Amino acid sequence: MIKKKRGRNLGKIKGFAIQFLPYSEIRNLDDNQRIRRILGIVLGNNILILQGKLEPEEETRLIEDTMAMIGHVRNFKGIELAVISGNKKEGFLRKMKMGLANALSGGDLGAITIIGPATIVKEMKRNPKRIELLLNR
Amino acid sequence: MVIKIFKNFIKRMFSSIFKNNKQIKLGFYGPPNAGKSTLANRICKDFTGEELGSVSNVPHETRHVQFKEKVEIEFKGKKLVFKMVDTPGIATKIDYEEFLKYKIKKKDAKKRAKEATQGVIESIKWLDDMDVVVVVLDSTENPYNQVNITIIGNLVARKIPILIVANKIDKKKSNIKKIEAAFSEYDAIGISAKQGENLEEFYESIFKLSKKVK
Ligand SMILES: Nc1nc2c(ncn2[C@@H]2O[C@H](COP(=O)(O)OP(=O)(O)OP(=O)(O)O)[C@@H](O)[C@H]2O)c(=O)[nH]1
Ligand SMILES: [Mg+2]
Repeated sequence: MIKKKRGRNLGKIKGFAIQFLPYSEIRNLDDNQRIRRILGIVLGNNILILQGKLEPEEETRLIEDTMAMIGHVRNFKGIELAVISGNKKEGFLRKMKMGLANALSGGDLGAITIIGPATIVKEMKRNPKRIELLLNR
Repeated sequence: MVIKIFKNFIKRMFSSIFKNNKQIKLGFYGPPNAGKSTLANRICKDFTGEELGSVSNVPHETRHVQFKEKVEIEFKGKKLVFKMVDTPGIATKIDYEEFLKYKIKKKDAKKRAKEATQGVIESIKWLDDMDVVVVVLDSTENPYNQVNITIIGNLVARKIPILIVANKIDKKKSNIKKIEAAFSEYDAIGISAKQGENLEEFYESIFKLSKKVK
């Protein structure tokens, strides 16, 4: 699922880690705390893999807070963000075909959210089947 | 019984009067560089003779919400009055160095980046105030972009009717089908805001959506 671009050497990238956050870790937090927790991890040069996904309003909050931080945190240029929405019964592709409406509701534990700092993650290429992370040199 | 019918009649009459007087707040949302301002300009130009804002191949050209009040659009003999709201492109990252590629000076690039971050916040704040939203996407780009999904998810959550526009169909790389597949339960139409292609269908859809406005 995570693939580095051909010819790029992952070993050359220094000082970042991948962190997994189970949904249970943020379930009992309010919106504020949840966004702060996520941004805290990303600001620590981590690529965050979050179980589940955010509500649409939380996503816009995340974007707003990210924008506010770009001016205030040195070398922070924002985030890359992608969500894969899994479901027990249906494949992701079928869900995409049915449309995004269901996929848009939050808290779906079958979903996976990937958030990384833009300085490390150059691009997250996404299609219905997979997410590809292209990393900066 | 009779009273109920009478009440309903009054209610309907009032709402139709309000509908006719009220302007419909029509927002243009989407990622940077998709052609929101180009489309808003074309509509404003056609119906008022004036444009709304500046267009550029450099992303984040629009960094403040800009609007034009009381734009009367006539389509097939029907008229509706809109408040046209063009918004800054929404992004999850902004790097001033990207602007340097367009031969913008470092100092100006940094200023542009700063204004762009504030513009994104402004766009999001204005979401609540929209009656109908046109989500403008560049049909040469991958539609499975989280920003697109976030914008649409927020509009759905707020029950705001949306029209998805696959813009830049004049370009060779344009792929409307991919946008239609990604957002299959919404109306999506292909246009070229720059060349003025397929605007009839665009107006048709906007008029249809405007009926859904409460
Ligand atoms: N080929 C082609 N180019 C287009 C079309 N619409 C817009 N463009 C070009 O795309 C670039 C961006 O257009 P804008 O209208 O400034 O885009 P925007 O969505 O307002 O961008 P921001 O204000 O940065 O969020 C400009 O160079 C336009 O000329 C189109 O239909 N076809
Ligand atoms: Mg613009």
